[in-house]
Amino acid sequence: MTFTPILSARSGLLAALTTTALLAGCSSVKLDSDVPVESRTPSAVGAGGAGGAAAGGGAQSRVTPVDLTNGANDASKLARVVYFDFDSYVVKDDYRSLIDSYAKLLAGDRKKHLMIEGHTDERGGREYNLALGQKRAEAVAKALALLGATSAQVEAVSFGKERPAVQGSDEAAWAKNRRAELKLQ
Amino acid sequence: MPLLLRRLDPIAALRCAMLSMLTALLACALPAQAQFRVEISGVGATQLPIAIVKFRDEERSAPSLSISAIVRADLERSGVFKNIDAPGALDENAQPVMSEWRGRAADALAAGSVTRLADGRFDVRFKLWDVVKGNVIGGQSMAVDAADLRLAAHRIADAIYEKLTGDKGVFSTRIAYVTKSGSRFTLRVADADGEGGQVALNSPEPIISPAWSPDGKQLAYVSFEKQKAVVYSQDTSTGARREIANFRGSNSAPAWSPDGQLLAVTLSRDNGSQLYLIDRNGTIVRRLTNSNAIDTEPAFAPDGRSIYFVSDRGGGPQIYRTGVNGGNAERVTFGGSYNISPAISPDGRTLAYISRQGGAFRLYTLDLGGSGQPVALTDGNDDESPSFAPNGRLIIYASRAEGRDVLMTTTLDGKIKARLVSTTADVREPVWGPYGR
Repeated sequence: MTFTPILSARSGLLAALTTTALLAGCSSVKLDSDVPVESRTPSAVGAGGAGGAAAGGGAQSRVTPVDLTNGANDASKLARVVYFDFDSYVVKDDYRSLIDSYAKLLAGDRKKHLMIEGHTDERGGREYNLALGQKRAEAVAKALALLGATSAQVEAVSFGKERPAVQGSDEAAWAKNRRAELKLQ
Repeated sequence: MPLLLRRLDPIAALRCAMLSMLTALLACALPAQAQFRVEISGVGATQLPIAIVKFRDEERSAPSLSISAIVRADLERSGVFKNIDAPGALDENAQPVMSEWRGRAADALAAGSVTRLADGRFDVRFKLWDVVKGNVIGGQSMAVDAADLRLAAHRIADAIYEKLTGDKGVFSTRIAYVTKSGSRFTLRVADADGEGGQVALNSPEPIISPAWSPDGKQLAYVSFEKQKAVVYSQDTSTGARREIANFRGSNSAPAWSPDGQLLAVTLSRDNGSQLYLIDRNGTIVRRLTNSNAIDTEPAFAPDGRSIYFVSDRGGGPQIYRTGVNGGNAERVTFGGSYNISPAISPDGRTLAYISRQGGAFRLYTLDLGGSGQPVALTDGNDDESPSFAPNGRLIIYASRAEGRDVLMTTTLDGKIKARLVSTTADVREPVWGPYGR
């Protein structure tokens, strides 16, 4: 629970913003504390510019769908990917609010179960990468356990380099593939 | 550093390019006939010149494949033989004029025949002559089903190889590998030349790390079909399969003990990737390693008493060896900061592995006798998954060429390489099966 004082005041807002950033595919966005939740200029309906914006913006008449088919409503609001630096298993500070949100969800409902899938970039052997991905998944599991999730609720597994998020052999692709995906069941 | 790779001279390179073009043409013209083609990309130092004459009636009896061409390709891929142009018509009953074959610089000569029998099978015969001494030194006749004609050709190549080298041939053995085509993963079993592949498992999810049981009847492998890594074992002839390691976390890297009674696997059930011994039913016999690091990719020594594996306990991944009862691990590789995927030769004397040098992942060998220096067998960038032939004379491995995953074989001196060419898909995770099938 050592994270709590740092997060306390703005954790709700941060969680929401982090979610937005992650769903848009940005892993390293720094959030300013004074950014309002919604300040965008309304744009014309049907302009086509809203495509791909998964949350928090777009046309006034936009309807944001809620999907109940895949687990809890709460879960659909949570970002589900933690990205890692090269050769690293450290869950970066950027993800504290995300981890905290998941830990609260799991602590609040002991029937909830979370699979954490570790992944690596394409470089190196398949089995060694499987073990590296496992280490990333376990790092996330450990962070959740420190915040109150029980070990029975969380299973860390790995796909190694076998299921890349994006194709490509450059640093941009590798950075998107070094990740852990959180999947509520 | 010692680099035994032979550079291609311009003429050899030209020949190679022409061969590639020819191969491409053949592949286009005969798509149904062959999934793979052999390309020789190096020239060996001492090779025995042999002439294999086209077998009598091989085209008329069995137009779908050429027995003599398969024998020639097998012998050439071994690196021990050089094929001499062999025109004319001869069969096993002929009395070849030896002076004529000596004039062609052949040391050995083989000829034979293929006859369709009334019951639909084929009678395949051959004879082997020592051209220098002028006498018959081998021969065989076998009646086989149409589906085993390719096997008959490989057995002839084995007989010739054994007679002339004293070593057992591996041409009639099998390999397993995984293909990826689009989002489909397929575990296949094929002849040692990569031809005649048959599907063992089709899956929409990845399959990695196939491992043959020592009797050649079972393939253990890792499948992600349950959205996590689970180890299965499958009877290749019946297709019956069962989970043998599905613990909490990831289950991977199966390796059979030489007696086929145990498997070493990597499990994360107790957090961290650690080595365990399980029996054939998946019951844990004991935990083999106890470290805070990654321990994976176990490989039994042929005597079954020690296990080689990869660990990053010293920082980067290196290859270690420990007793089959656990205990202290001894570091085996020292050159380079990233050494993985150990394979041990059948005589236990040579380690093949993948080493990262700069950004390149390359196949290396290390003499386990003690003072040996690591030797690079390729100048590739993306080598993976080495596996020894059961006679220890060839290594099969995965690599990349022209933007695709391909399978290669190489002699242990790295001088003769053959590409088992895929025409359809990415091919990876090769593993060489035992003798017999």
